[in-house]
Amino acid sequence: MDRKNKAVQIITFAVLLIFSAVFLFPVFIVLMNSFKTKFNISNQPFVFPNSDTFAGLENYIEGISATDFPMSFFWSFFVTVLSVGVILLFTSMTAWYIVRSKDKISKIFYYLLLFSMIVPFQMVMFTMSKMANILGLDNPLGLVVVYLGFGAGLSVFMFCGFIKSVPLGIEEAATIDGCNPIQTFFLVVLPLLKPTAITIAILDTMWIWNDYLLPYLTVGHDYKTIPIAVQYLKGGYGSVDMGAMMAMLVLSIVPVVLFYLFCQKYIIKGVAAGAIKG
Amino acid sequence: MESKQIRKYFPVFALPTLIVFTLIFLIPFLAGIYLSFTSFTTVTDATFVGIENYITAFSDSDFIRAFVFTLAFAILSVISINVIAFALALLLTGKLKGTNFFRTVFFMPNLIGGIVLGYIWQLIINGVLLRYGYSITSDAKFGFIGLLVLMNWQMIGYMMIIYIAGIQNIPTSILEAAKVDGASYSTTLRRIIIPSVMPSITICLFLTITNSFKLFDQNLALTAGAPAKQTQMLALDIYNTFYGRSGYEGVGQAKAVIFFIVVALISLLQLYFTKKKENEA
Repeated sequence: MDRKNKAVQIITFAVLLIFSAVFLFPVFIVLMNSFKTKFNISNQPFVFPNSDTFAGLENYIEGISATDFPMSFFWSFFVTVLSVGVILLFTSMTAWYIVRSKDKISKIFYYLLLFSMIVPFQMVMFTMSKMANILGLDNPLGLVVVYLGFGAGLSVFMFCGFIKSVPLGIEEAATIDGCNPIQTFFLVVLPLLKPTAITIAILDTMWIWNDYLLPYLTVGHDYKTIPIAVQYLKGGYGSVDMGAMMAMLVLSIVPVVLFYLFCQKYIIKGVAAGAIKG
Repeated sequence: MESKQIRKYFPVFALPTLIVFTLIFLIPFLAGIYLSFTSFTTVTDATFVGIENYITAFSDSDFIRAFVFTLAFAILSVISINVIAFALALLLTGKLKGTNFFRTVFFMPNLIGGIVLGYIWQLIINGVLLRYGYSITSDAKFGFIGLLVLMNWQMIGYMMIIYIAGIQNIPTSILEAAKVDGASYSTTLRRIIIPSVMPSITICLFLTITNSFKLFDQNLALTAGAPAKQTQMLALDIYNTFYGRSGYEGVGQAKAVIFFIVVALISLLQLYFTKKKENEA
């Protein structure tokens, strides 16, 4: 029995190892090709660079100058961080109001927010980008407002789920101590929401950092976030500079992987928690 | 805190979100439904045309093809992603060493954006097909398989994490009791593990179904619909109808409404049926 168990374990381990290799392979290939001269990428992607095909950092220099990558990185970072912050602040307040006020408008508002989660973006993309234009939201700061509108559904839903489990007694004690609702929320309720806030922050960061179509339609002409910059490289002029493309792919993946390695514990927990509450 | 007292603070707590949500989502949504019954190029020049746009949409062979393509893609990807993710979750909840490393690796692709994923896989698939003298755009089936592989690569890790959380929630005492009673592994799986992870199955099915139907970035980057729009999925077809040819904005909006109804209907039906199963378990 023990020996059989051991054999099963070794086979399982081997299967998982092979699977891991399959999962890492594509990223590895892109990394390798980013150091090859541009004409030796498409026709032999699985060949290591040699002295003839090694390009050094040439592709990176070309890619960065063609797309103005530092600027793209800045806009992606700016929009993501600010949007996540704004979403967390406003939706936590809204969720608390919805749960505690128990009025009719809140109920209707809550169901409309839930409803917005199942509406595909294509349904509103044209009218929303027109609206953003009319309201002067077609700039990075405006984009933050747009993300609040689209992110509110999931976020309010998750905060509401959590707030319902918070005992009323704590808040009543705060009232007796003379707190008004604003003080009660920020001093007593908000600190309790931290675990849910982390989950929402992670889900929304993954969404906004990688989002392409929404920023493309609203601010894409003047401000290129990273996904827009990568797609821009493809352009409409036929041939793509494969070298620059590979370098850009690597540069887009690096921040994500670093973020992942540092916050891995939170990300995996957050995703699992988000699913269970959802 | 008295709810009456809180209600006085409506402008502080709820109003900002309500205004933004109304302007950014609610009004565009309602305007979208209205515009699907009109002919327009700039919104202000909309003229009512009844259901003409819907007739045009349903008689558009590109749209029908995109519909069939998306449906076939969604069915296959939902099945393969969930089966593989569940199997991996079972393997990784055993007493194996190094499970953390495997979890980290399998989840990693999920953090990479759709556009970037599309170009990564374009390179890999073209590299393989080149040996046989093809490229990903020489035949629609290559694009179809490419999208399936990409989607599996991206979503397996995500679903696996959710299944792992579900499996870890099963009390070990139940599993031990089954072992003592001499239940085989397949019985334990069918009678205990699967019924207990029904909530995970509900959410995983929901996420994979909606993501498969709504796929856009990956489709745009991997094939952009080539060859001859044959690998164009619904979201991309709608996008191209809107922005690809002038005068078809109304038709694009009608297609978007149909798309919305289909996605909403399928996801609500799925939630209803799996929730029902959850309650039976």
